[in-house]
Formats: sequence, structure tokens, C-alpha cells
Amino acid sequence: MSTVRKYLGLIVTIGVLLMLVAWPAITGKDITRETTFTILLSVALASSLNILLGYTGYVSFGHVVFFGLGGYVGFYLMSAQGMSLWISMLAGGVSAGVLAFLLGKAILRLRGGYFALATIGINEAMRAFINNFEPFGGPTGMTLNFSVYRDYGGAGQALWLSYYVLAALTFIVLIVSYLVRTSKFGLGLLAIREDEDAAEVMGVNAPNVKTWAYVLSAIIPGMLGVLFFFKNGSIEPAPAFRLHFSIEMIVMVMLGGQGTVLGPILGAYGYQSLRGFLLTSPIFKDIQLAVAGVLLLVIVLFVPAGVVGWLRQRVPVLRRALQ
Amino acid sequence: MILQVEGVGKRFGGLQALSDVTFDLPEGQILGLIGPNGAGKTTLFNCISGVYEPTDGRVTFRGEDVTGSKPYLMARRGMARTHQIVRPLNELSVRENVIVGACFGRENHRLPAAGDIADEVLEFVRLADRSDQLAGSLNVGQKKRLEMARALAARPYLLLLDEVLAGLNPSEIVMMVEIVKRIRTERNVTIIMIEHVMHAVMNVSDRLLVLDYGRQIAEGTPEEVANNEKVIEAYLGDPKLAERLMTG
Repeated sequence: MSTVRKYLGLIVTIGVLLMLVAWPAITGKDITRETTFTILLSVALASSLNILLGYTGYVSFGHVVFFGLGGYVGFYLMSAQGMSLWISMLAGGVSAGVLAFLLGKAILRLRGGYFALATIGINEAMRAFINNFEPFGGPTGMTLNFSVYRDYGGAGQALWLSYYVLAALTFIVLIVSYLVRTSKFGLGLLAIREDEDAAEVMGVNAPNVKTWAYVLSAIIPGMLGVLFFFKNGSIEPAPAFRLHFSIEMIVMVMLGGQGTVLGPILGAYGYQSLRGFLLTSPIFKDIQLAVAGVLLLVIVLFVPAGVVGWLRQRVPVLRRALQ
Repeated sequence: MILQVEGVGKRFGGLQALSDVTFDLPEGQILGLIGPNGAGKTTLFNCISGVYEPTDGRVTFRGEDVTGSKPYLMARRGMARTHQIVRPLNELSVRENVIVGACFGRENHRLPAAGDIADEVLEFVRLADRSDQLAGSLNVGQKKRLEMARALAARPYLLLLDEVLAGLNPSEIVMMVEIVKRIRTERNVTIIMIEHVMHAVMNVSDRLLVLDYGRQIAEGTPEEVANNEKVIEAYLGDPKLAERLMTG
């Protein structure tokens, strides 16, 4: 009983995710799978960003750079070097992690708005670089030969495979997120979020701890990039480094509740449902991003703690269950 | 000597905030650091604890030259401090605040052990009944005690207290002075305290160091300092001028 109480937060989180994942597997419909794929991708990206944004308090407007770079590195290995999806995903994750490590050393000394600005700059710089980098196909990008999918049981099967790999990665992200939240390392991050100078005086090695948080928040997006573009069959600079994708990630984290494990799941689900509705509505279909912007504004102004944070504040009984 | 400060100075652009401060601090003493506002007391703390790198001079802590070391390294070496303007980690509970101190301080504990230390220290500063409250919801007196608890949880050799009595009511002052005395006797921690509440600092300190305009103008026992002309002048202006004005 006490074990259940202790891990209630994790159990609730995993339970919510299991329901999401199982839905397409039960119905077996392609359309449900595609919808859930989008939601799970958002859950995983938002949860990764949450390690930096929610736990450490650093706003990264350019987090998609890791998704794009990882995607490019992995895609190159698959299409030009004939490597398997697994090795390519690993390479994508590692390259995103290395980039985050180097960036962390360079720009994590910036605080607040300056850091956020730097992250935008890096995303734009990376896109400009890839645009002119011939081995990666320059502005036209790269495409996968259709025969590649044969190794994974054909194109139709590869779509299901991608879905299950994504589900597995999402589980990993959430478990990592939970472990960070409840560890000493995570406590150091929270201390930095609350007051970085005070944290340093108490002995938190802020430069190091921040860098590792950044690396941790970059690895999974790098792997997801590879998976996404593997499923997609082609990669181009514009969709790989879409700035507004970064902003949507922030909206999802803020909506669900920054700094909580469960928040990004609910936020991603809520935002994607809303987006799905807006895109198909004749009135809103052209201004769906504007709606996202207004949503972000409303959250920041009125419920800065997000749905989960708000519930935790109002209903103390739920604190143990909602982490 | 637990701490040796030799010729320490700090300049901010054209402002010499601190110049040529020199003193030795033997283990187990309480050193009071006094002086008018803007005298450089907190700047001196910042130079000792690694928040600022001194422009001149040398700081030696437990035999090791630590001049310009980082604050988190100083915490690991066994130096802890409180802040004049309290800096609680607002969105964390009182207990979590103290656990941060225990986890990342000198003894570098893991979470469960740090939790035990936090409970013990919170009991010591009489905040145990507030443990699960958010730190942001405490009043000023409680926040000052929280600062103290966080610093103590690190199990420091040397504790720097920056105006822990400021803003407290008389009964809270009595409680805090009691706590400071007990820290020395029960925990064997050496203390430097910046303080403006004179009767308290005179009562608690073994020795006083007086700063004025960034310079060290006097040092000695509380009695010696209280009768030092330079000190009276720094606090009251020219004593002879005051006398002349009084007599008309």
C-alpha cells in the first residue's frame, strides 16, 4: 500500500499514457494511429522540453533544433549509408546531445530572455547551415528509397513499427522525467529555477547541472526526429527546423503544467485536440497559430502553473497523484 | 585559523567598495561585523563566499587559498551563508529548501539522509511545524530562520550570517540570538555575523570588526570597539562637533 502511495504519481502518469497508446492498437485503424502518433510525438517532445523549461526554468524557443539536427543526421545515415533505423536513431540522439552539451557550455550562462533569444538564433543558424550543406541535400533535402521499408516488413508495416517505437520512446521520456523530478539532480534543477544565485551559494554546481539538463532534454527529440522523418520518407530544412513547432511545444508544456511529470501529457493532448478541431473548422483553419499564441498569453497571464499545477494548488488531496 | 583574510579589496568600476581588509578568525569564535549602511559588509561576505572575486588580496579557508573560488565550491568546502534579503526557493516546501542545503553542502548527502538532517535542523530553528508549507508563504521572521536552517543543514565549518536579526520583532530577536549562541556551543561552528542590532551583536560576539566606507577602522573586543573614537565618529559623525553643537 505504501509503495502504491509512494509511486502514485508515476502510476497515474503511466496509466494515462497507456490509455493513449492502447487506443489505436485496439481499434487497429490507420486514422486513429496517425492521430495518436501526432499526440504521442507532442507528448514526448513537450516532456523533454519540460526538463529544461519546467524543472530548470530556462525557456528554449529553439528546441526544435535538436529534432531537426537529429533527424538530419539519422536520415543521412539511413539514406546515404544504408544503416538501420536503430543505429540511425541512436546517432540522431547522440548528435543532438552533443550539440546541447556544446551549446550549454556556451549559452547557458545567459539568463532569462537572453537565453531564449540565443536559442532562436541557433535554430535559424542551423537551418541556414543545412540549407547550404550539400551532403545533406541542401535546400531540397533528402528522400528515402522506398526499398528501405522492405527491411521493416513493407511500408504499411513500417508505419505501425514507427508507432510502437514512438510509444516506447514516450514511455522512456516520462520515466526519465519522473526520475529527474524525484532525484537529487532534479532538486538541484528546481533550486536553480527558483533562485540560481541562492542555489549556487547552497552548493549546487549550476553550470554543470544546467548543461546536463539541457543535454537530457535534447537527446530524445534528436531520436524522435529520426523516427519522424523515417516515417515521413523525406526531409527538408523548412519542416525540420520549423520555429513555430518550438513555440507549440512551449504552449503544450505551459498548458499542462510546467515542472510536473503529468502536465506535458495533458498539455500535448489538449493542444493537439484543439489544433485538430481548429484545422478542420472553416472559420479557424487559417488562423490556428494565432489561436495558439492567444492561448499561450491566456495561460501565462491567468494560469501560469498550467492545468496540473492549478489542480495541485486548489485540491491538496490530489498532490500525491498528480506529479 | 579557520579563515584568513589578507588585504582584500573590491572595486566596481570607479567605486572602491572595499579596500585592504585584513583579519584572522580562529576556530570557534563569533566575529561581529558592523558598520554604517554601505560600509562594504555584505561585499566582504561576497568576497569571502565566492560570489564576487576580490580585486586585491587573498582569502585562505582552512589552510587553502580560495581567492576567487566559485560559491558552490565554497559550500562544498564547508562555508555556508544566509542572505540579508532572504532568498527562499518559493515554490518548494520549507523542508525541500533545507534538503537542498543538506544535499549540496559539505557532506554531500543523498536525498533520504538529507531529509533526516532537514527534520533535525528545522526542529533546531523551530520551524518543524511549517515543514510542508511552501517557503514563499512564510513571514519574514520565519524566512530568516529558514535561511539559517538551510545554511546549517550543509553542516558548515564556518557560517556567515548577514543581518539575521533585521526586520524581526523583539521576541523573535531573543529567539534568534539564542539560536546563534546554541549554534556555536552545540554545533561547534565558527560564525561571522553582520548586524545592526547593537546590543545583540555586542552580547554575542567575541570580537568585532568595524568597516566604514570600505575600510577597516577598528577591531577588538566589544568594549574596546564601543569606546573607539573612530567608531563613534563613523556612527554619529564628529563627536566633538556634536558636543559643540550641544553646548551651543
